[in-house]
Amino acid sequence: MRITIDNLTKKFGDVVGVEDLTLHIDDGEFVAFLGPSGCGKTTTLLTLAGIYKPTEGQIRFGERVVNQVQPKDRNIGMVFQSYALYPHMTVFQNIAYPLKLKKVAKNIQRERVQQVANVMGIGNLLDRRPGQLSGGQQQRVALGRALVKEPDVLLFDEPLSNLDARLRLTMRGEIKHLQKDLGITSIYVTHDQVEAMTMADRIAVMNGGHLQAFDAPDELYSRPKTQFVAGFVGNPPMNFVSVEVSRSNGRFIAETDRLRLEVGGDRGGAAAGFAGAVVMGIRPEDIQISGDGDIAGEIYVVEPLGREDLIDVRVGPHSFLLLAGAETQYRAGEEVKLAFDMDKVQFFDPQTEKSILWQQ
Amino acid sequence: MSILKPKGGQSQSSRNALRSYLGAYGFMAPAGVLVIVFFLIPVAIVLYLSVTNLASSNFTSDLAKMEFVGLRNYETLLNDQFARKIFFNTIFYVLFTLSIFNVSAALIVSLLTTHIDRNAGFLFRALWILPRITSPVVYILIWKRMMAEAPFGIINQFNEFLGQPTYNYVATNPWVFVIVVNGFIGISFGMIIFTSAIESIPKDLLNASLVDGSSKLQRIRYVILPLIRWPLLFVVTYQTLSLLTSFVEIQLLTDGGPGLYRTEVWSLTAFHRALSNYFGNAQWGYGSAFAVLLVLIGVVLAVVYMRVFRFDELIAEPRVEVL
Repeated sequence: MRITIDNLTKKFGDVVGVEDLTLHIDDGEFVAFLGPSGCGKTTTLLTLAGIYKPTEGQIRFGERVVNQVQPKDRNIGMVFQSYALYPHMTVFQNIAYPLKLKKVAKNIQRERVQQVANVMGIGNLLDRRPGQLSGGQQQRVALGRALVKEPDVLLFDEPLSNLDARLRLTMRGEIKHLQKDLGITSIYVTHDQVEAMTMADRIAVMNGGHLQAFDAPDELYSRPKTQFVAGFVGNPPMNFVSVEVSRSNGRFIAETDRLRLEVGGDRGGAAAGFAGAVVMGIRPEDIQISGDGDIAGEIYVVEPLGREDLIDVRVGPHSFLLLAGAETQYRAGEEVKLAFDMDKVQFFDPQTEKSILWQQ
Repeated sequence: MSILKPKGGQSQSSRNALRSYLGAYGFMAPAGVLVIVFFLIPVAIVLYLSVTNLASSNFTSDLAKMEFVGLRNYETLLNDQFARKIFFNTIFYVLFTLSIFNVSAALIVSLLTTHIDRNAGFLFRALWILPRITSPVVYILIWKRMMAEAPFGIINQFNEFLGQPTYNYVATNPWVFVIVVNGFIGISFGMIIFTSAIESIPKDLLNASLVDGSSKLQRIRYVILPLIRWPLLFVVTYQTLSLLTSFVEIQLLTDGGPGLYRTEVWSLTAFHRALSNYFGNAQWGYGSAFAVLLVLIGVVLAVVYMRVFRFDELIAEPRVEVL
């Protein structure tokens, strides 16, 4: 099912949930809505579900305009962060509920529920009540209930947030696999950028009720169109520093009180064309501690992550996060030299926070 | 002997147990004293009075002359030609007020006011609380003025204006009157309990039901009603007992009439016999017998409700299994 959102605005009184959102989602696509809490991603999801009605704009499922269509007539399945299982029903009754409402015959209900439950690995728990299940099992029941009526669209509202880290990893893989298997158009709301990056075909990054970017994960990572996207996508986050880029002797130099770096032709040219200071962004993996580095700094703190160490290096007033192999033995207070990979830096307009390199 | 110096493990632990025991009772004591002074002792006195012949006709300052008559009052009661009528009056009154107003209407009001705009819902519920917070005398006066005979009653004024015949409503339909007047007061209690129960259902559950394909009516039937089952049963239980003992409104409205015991209920009879009999002939002993039977019926009903509705399950520990 193709989903078309055109100029969607949802207001609650004077409070704007989401404003002027335009998004076209392809049939069978897995799209993540990513953003911090209060960014409008859940509002958008509930509007797609039909719980909220749009204030302005249009939502189409395929060719059908669904603005005023009741949730029950949208043929959607939804998984909630709290699982939202009916506590007074058994697992079987929970999964069978959408079928019962559709007035599917009893014996077919039993067949379908058993089938879905087996796929979800909860076939032996059908007589239990939600209160007797672990979080992971409850999540599977919730997924089963969303899938049993063979929906055109699957909506996920932070479904993995309440699970422990290990289980989250497993379920992440399972949901992605299942979605590809069934080919159901899916929208997945999360504030966890790792979840969004790993699962989605495309990510809609939202902030303050506005769409910041809508792109494939790699694209968002390597060509962020706003400073917000650059800072939100990627872990550990991108480093930002305000610099002036100028041209001297045919070379481009990014400069601030303690830094003086040469920038490659294309990127440097775009940044140099901008009047005044710009925000330079560089990812932690693009900074190396190296003897030939030309920036001197002091290690502020070392955080071992197991596979690698996250190191915070202070260069004068600036702080840079970078990654070093776990076998290195850096200590806080140590003086080091940094080498920046200047072919991968980003530049942003400090006023509009838009990228100087990539146009929207 | 200092408690800091343990003599032996066992006596130490039993002393600790005793201390926590005393602590628990200490905290319950204030409430316990209130229940004892204002319920158990009065019940005991009434119980005792019900087996004496104490009445204003044979009352002297010498209480020692009060005669013990055994179960004679109860015998009289069972042979009282009106006791049977009053008993069924009471069942009729409790059953209809409870089912029509205290439960059904309360449920409908809370369901309606939780499905509309929040502020509007709040306003409607506030209106429904007015009968409860109005003094009974004022409240009954308002009703009496509305229902009074022509040319005084407001409704009869309308009847005259529209050229319809006028009625003496209290005389012709006293039960409708009694049940509606009490029911309007009774709605607020269930309404408050049901509304808070409905509003405490997680939003996700309510949204999930709509997404799963239910209409709002189906959601009420399959999700909301099952989830407020305990508050529902609690209101049924509490209001049954409350209605059994309520008589002030009836007393002010019809005083058990019109005619002989037309709308007299059991608790009103106890009051009439013991404290407000005609010609000042207060039969304290006999009235107490009515009161004792009412307490007995109340206790039995409470136990039956607790068993039938399995209130013990309500406080059972959840059986969560972590896998």
